[in-house]
Amino acid sequence: MLNFFKKNKKEDANLEKDKKGLYQKLKDGLTRTRNNFTAKIDSILSLGRKIDDELFEELEEILILADVGVVTTEKIIENMKIKAKEQKIKEADKIKDLLAEEIYNIMEVNERPFNITSPTLILIVGVNGVGKTTTIGKLANKYKNEGKKVLLVAADTFRAAAIDQLEVWAGRNNCEIIKHEEGSDPASVVFDGIKAAKARGADIILCDTAGRLHNKKNLMEELKKIYRVAQREFDNANIETLLVLDATTGQNAVQQAKIFKEAVNVTGIILTKLDGTAKGGIVISIKSELDIPVRFIGVGEGIDDLQEFDSEKFVRALFE
Amino acid sequence: MAFESLTGKLQDIFKKLRGKGKLSEKDVKEAMKEVKIALLEADVNFKVVKEFINTVTEKSLGQEVMESLTPAQHVIKIVNDELTALMGSKESKINFSDKPPTIIMMVGLQGSGKTTTSGKLANYLKSKGKNPILVACDVYRPAAIKQLQVVGSSINVPVFSMGDKTTPVDIAKGAVDFAKNNNYNVVIIDTAGRLHIDEELMDELKNIKDAVNPNEILLVVDAMTGQDVVNVAESFNEKLDIDGVILTKLDGDTRGGAALSVKAVTHKPIKFIASGEKLTDIEVFHPDRMASRILGMGDVLSLIEKAQSQIDEKKALELQKKILDQQFSFDDFLEQLQGLKNMGPIDQLFSMIPGVNMSKLKGVNVSDKDIKRIEAIIQSMTKEERQNPSIINGSRKKRIAAGSGTSIQQVNSLIKQFEQTKKMMKQFTDLGKSTKIGKRRMPFFR
Repeated sequence: MLNFFKKNKKEDANLEKDKKGLYQKLKDGLTRTRNNFTAKIDSILSLGRKIDDELFEELEEILILADVGVVTTEKIIENMKIKAKEQKIKEADKIKDLLAEEIYNIMEVNERPFNITSPTLILIVGVNGVGKTTTIGKLANKYKNEGKKVLLVAADTFRAAAIDQLEVWAGRNNCEIIKHEEGSDPASVVFDGIKAAKARGADIILCDTAGRLHNKKNLMEELKKIYRVAQREFDNANIETLLVLDATTGQNAVQQAKIFKEAVNVTGIILTKLDGTAKGGIVISIKSELDIPVRFIGVGEGIDDLQEFDSEKFVRALFE
Repeated sequence: MAFESLTGKLQDIFKKLRGKGKLSEKDVKEAMKEVKIALLEADVNFKVVKEFINTVTEKSLGQEVMESLTPAQHVIKIVNDELTALMGSKESKINFSDKPPTIIMMVGLQGSGKTTTSGKLANYLKSKGKNPILVACDVYRPAAIKQLQVVGSSINVPVFSMGDKTTPVDIAKGAVDFAKNNNYNVVIIDTAGRLHIDEELMDELKNIKDAVNPNEILLVVDAMTGQDVVNVAESFNEKLDIDGVILTKLDGDTRGGAALSVKAVTHKPIKFIASGEKLTDIEVFHPDRMASRILGMGDVLSLIEKAQSQIDEKKALELQKKILDQQFSFDDFLEQLQGLKNMGPIDQLFSMIPGVNMSKLKGVNVSDKDIKRIEAIIQSMTKEERQNPSIINGSRKKRIAAGSGTSIQQVNSLIKQFEQTKKMMKQFTDLGKSTKIGKRRMPFFR
């Protein structure tokens, strides 16, 4: 199974001894996704079936049900058809390898590790209710555990009690927080946050922003202003803009990613709520169409249930 | 996005069929493939789409093409009608209890918008003369209680809370007693977001339900949800036998296919939609409007129907003659505008025109307000001025501006637009004469 990984120079041994715990967790977190996804594929392929159009149609259905989207699904299926012909694949179970390979190829293109230099400002953006504040809580925990000095900036000055919510996370993680009154200008909170970060020598600055629908022009302008302030005031910092996406989101996520990218140069995606039954297949479309990599995935409610994304591990966890 | 051209694609497919009385099975199948893609792009669940396509295919094959419509429009009509039927044919309201208080319980996944929507619903019911109270039963998410309190205070609705150390079941019970003793006639219970597969938390909801016996259990669903929405809705419905759905975040640009999926798997009505950042942004759900949004195409048929019901044929002929004779006056303009207004909000009308991309229309900015202003300007003109705009000189303009509460620039620009429109209309009708569809054209769309 998954023979094509062996061809990859990536060291299996390393992977095993290195982060076995993490990998196991990822696998566990993705259990439901995997069960839904691969169990279905297996049930199609296990019968020693012939490789025909009907088989591909059923695979197409599975991908669409995983929110991969019509366009990307058709692309994947077309590639699979060509390869199946080229490699003269006769048995249906080899098709699974082919599918894993296709998804891996999309996710792996231009992959580079998520490197954090000090100082790094991470701007967390997204539509309403995707889990931005909770994700910041988890990120703060992660970097704190790595021994970094973390500063939270409460730039969601709009939603009722958003600042209080972030404060609770600051308390849990024992890190500092910069905040203003509810209703104040978020860009000025970021301005103060950066000043504080410089003064206190923070390594990681996590900026919470208010949830906003990408088609609200004025709210996107507000976000651009925040981004401009960050760039101008923190020129020696590495600035990452991470878009938080709810795994249950459908095709609209592509539009979200596109518009947020245009506005504030999104450098990565955090895919949350993967512990439900949603498959989050839309990230495959987003990678394929917009080349935005996934950086973290949220696989549970626990504070340490946020994991760094690695396409190889992801595809493995999905298919094994 | 791809589905914007659904109407166009269908028209292409059917173009070659013109003149035939019936659609062949192959033609219909080809068309259905496009409809299927449009629905999937709108996030309607795959299984729901499959069933839907089967029904529509059957109906399309059975019926004769009506003579006045092209086959493409005929199929669009069937698709639209079926979609509307599937969405539920009429609006449904809240079930109020005979014996107050009416208890409404809000449930849903994390981040679907329960707390904000609870506030909006309370505000809505308050405006309808009810005396609601909000109940903070989300004891898990940090600051969730605070959030509800802030929301409550901004709409002047009290929030019942017992902190985060009491169980949600006890809080709900306490709230109902409190409401009874203090004459609140609606109790809105805001529960914590939870995954539908989290058995422990799903049991908690069941326990709240058993303890307070709500009149309404409303599932709050994010309109942007994808294929998985069927699993979510099914689980919540199985566990709690929900009474309805509130669709949130519809102010985004999602097609909202989730609405159709939820309706299809639960058979429960969508009662409200929430669409905006303000606490007044909630309204009763209209199933028919959702159908055309999901399809993402102009609803040609209802536009024609609307136009026909508002403009009587005789008047239209008269108007056409006037245009041809270059006698079109501000009076006629005014009449046209009023006819337009009767057809519904302008932006909605635009969204009905196939091929009109609403996002591109943003620069056009025709609002009902603009129309009102135009009306005011015309009504401030004398009869003579309306018939013969060329006599409007500087001092007349000054008077018209003062009379209508506008500026001279605005009067100027209206007169200029009027002249342009007149010219354009002449071209339209000349064109119309040769293609014989001229009299259906609405001269003021551009």
